Amino acid sequence: MTTEANTPVAFTPERLAKANEIIARYPAGKQKSALLPLLHLLQEQEGWTSPEGMDYVAGLLQIQPIEVYEVASFYTMYHLDPVGKHVIEYCRTGPCCLMGGEDVYAHLKQRLGIEAGQTTPDGLFTIKEVECLAACGMGPVFQIREQYYMHLTNERVDEIIAELSK
Amino acid sequence: MGRKILTEHINVPGIETLDVYRKQGGYSAVEKALKTMTPEAVVEEVKKAGVRGRGGAGFPMGMKWSFLAKPEGVPRYLVCNADESEPGTFKDHYLMKNLPHLLIEGMIISSFALGANTSFIYVRGELMYVINILEKAIAEAKAAGLLGKNILGSGYDLELVVQPGGGAYICGEETALLESLEGKRGNPRNKPPFPAVKGLYQCPTVVNNVESIATTSWIVNNGGDAYAAIGIGRSTGTKLISASGHIKKPGVYEIELGVPVEEFIYSDEWCGGIREGHQLKALVAGGSSVPILPANLALKLANGEPRLMSYESLSEGGFQTGTMLGSGGFIVFDETSCIVRNTWNFARFYHHESCGQCSPCREGTGWMEKVLHRIEHGHGSMHDIDLLVDVAKKIEGNTICPLGDAAAWPVASAIRHFRDEFEWHITNPFEATQPGAVFRGDLVLA
Ligand SMILES: NC(=O)C1=CN([C@@H]2O[C@H](COP(=O)(O)OP(=O)(O)OC[C@H]3O[C@@H](n4cnc5c(N)ncnc54)[C@H](O)[C@@H]3O)[C@@H](O)[C@H]2O)C=CC1
Ligand SMILES: Cc1cc2nc3c(=O)[nH]c(=O)nc-3n(C[C@H](O)[C@H](O)[C@H](O)COP(=O)(O)O)c2cc1C
Ligand code: SF4
Ligand code: FES
Repeated sequence: MTTEANTPVAFTPERLAKANEIIARYPAGKQKSALLPLLHLLQEQEGWTSPEGMDYVAGLLQIQPIEVYEVASFYTMYHLDPVGKHVIEYCRTGPCCLMGGEDVYAHLKQRLGIEAGQTTPDGLFTIKEVECLAACGMGPVFQIREQYYMHLTNERVDEIIAELSK
Repeated sequence: MGRKILTEHINVPGIETLDVYRKQGGYSAVEKALKTMTPEAVVEEVKKAGVRGRGGAGFPMGMKWSFLAKPEGVPRYLVCNADESEPGTFKDHYLMKNLPHLLIEGMIISSFALGANTSFIYVRGELMYVINILEKAIAEAKAAGLLGKNILGSGYDLELVVQPGGGAYICGEETALLESLEGKRGNPRNKPPFPAVKGLYQCPTVVNNVESIATTSWIVNNGGDAYAAIGIGRSTGTKLISASGHIKKPGVYEIELGVPVEEFIYSDEWCGGIREGHQLKALVAGGSSVPILPANLALKLANGEPRLMSYESLSEGGFQTGTMLGSGGFIVFDETSCIVRNTWNFARFYHHESCGQCSPCREGTGWMEKVLHRIEHGHGSMHDIDLLVDVAKKIEGNTICPLGDAAAWPVASAIRHFRDEFEWHITNPFEATQPGAVFRGDLVLA
């Protein structure tokens, strides 16, 4: 949540260099293919996919802002609203539930005092429900940014929360 | 039947690095193909191997390659489908994380065979850490002259691009994937035309699964006939199975096609049996979209013969008594599992993942989720069971892409084989509201 509403967004010089490198990967005239990777880059920098950030990406790719909005809203990974510092995305799909996922996620929500889709008042944690994360044999599973946390138990959840709250 | 051709070296320390991978014989197939074979000869070996698409549909890979249109002056593309999002499936994740160079080697061979000079690996965005592993491996391969211009002095050029998805199951469907790769929403296109004729940027394109592409190194090294000698009948070669659920040893196993289902579940070499003190109740053999089978039909065909892990044996009996190998997402349920709850869970998944283009899928998946939710939560009526069957029938075959079918089959098959359990939920509404309720009807357990 580093961006206040209406503040113009721009990539840091390193990210801009990375963005240009990504755009150059595609055949001439097909730069729109860079849209999903650039949105990931934006979210990595800003913490979420803000409207101002999307306008900035539209400018980089020389496409209409609406082309960015309609794409960002189709996919689940882009946070279209501000989120907490740590976004916990837990897998609610069948195989993870067979491994006791429902109990573990109930514990997680109780521990943080929020429901899926909410952020803790201190802005530290957001919980999101997602579908299968391709780690079904290691369930229950959640993901925080790039990190997968597998074989979750209530105790393990407590440890992870304590670690991230430091 | 412990034959391993993809994962033979997976436990060698450092196998994710170029040096160690090469010490195990890695990239010898690239040398062989680029220096001593024509693209047509590579296609021929893949055809002889009879390897069938490992993404789930089982379409013969060599045949798909030979269907690729080759108009003059138009680029052709190879796109590797690493979107892996089918519930119960995690084999591509495992393969790419541990053996990135096996996929890269396969991409070089396959791109050479198809005449592609820019190829893509589309990885689901959630696996960003795997994308980083792949990019590191690509940089190593490039530095060693295995990618880029004039590979190994052969005159062949290839750029390999790893593309992250944005989180959407539907982008595993090949035409939705191509739309997504073009920077758009993942709405599937009508087929035909198949991607082999009009694919990425409207150019001829082959889309293949990670595991399919990974087989090509072995095929080039050992020949298509040697590959075809492994497995059983038209189910040639080995298959990676993602095993999850109530078994002692969940994980990814490479098996020779043709292993009996019973052996796969109970042998210590693989799943190690059902968890202590429990019994097999049901099986989903090929990812959430294939029909669920009760224990007796999972282990044996309707005529009593053992069921095997092969395309043909798993589908024996059609939808009445059979299922499909699909993506190899092998989900095992013991007697504590509630079939109604699981069916509701899967229906919610498909509703959530429908792209919304076709009304039978968009509306039908919503209705199925809603009706299953009310049965599971104690508000169902007997009429709801037939309503579900009716909705499933109306979706099947009436949509642009097979996600609609994939949503209908689990519901229809759960009712076909476990109707008494649905009825029990309706007549025992209070118990049914307990999450994870144990149902013990007159079920055949194994
Ligand atoms: N691995 C996973 O995570 C998932 C896998 N699936 C699997 O996907 C399957 C459905 O996939 P589809 O691609 O819709 O099946 P499909 O049968 O339409 O096509 C299979 C492949 O063969 C090619 N093909 C078929 N006929 C062709 C022709 N005449 N000319 C050229 N190419 C041709 C297609 O382009 C495609 O690459 C399901 O059976 C399911 O098991 C479904 C969901 C997720
Ligand atoms: C809804 C849906 C999702 C799919 N997801 C995947 C996937 O994640 N990975 C995959 O390889 N194939 C997936 N497929 C199948 C692809 O459309 C296509 O058949 C496959 O990538 C072709 O590769 P193969 O012939 O090597 O299997 C999916 C199909 C559908 C209908
Ligand atoms: S069947 Fe469903 S997912 Fe497939 S195109 Fe139609 S609405 Fe989209
Ligand atoms: S069901 Fe949770 S990772 Fe697949």
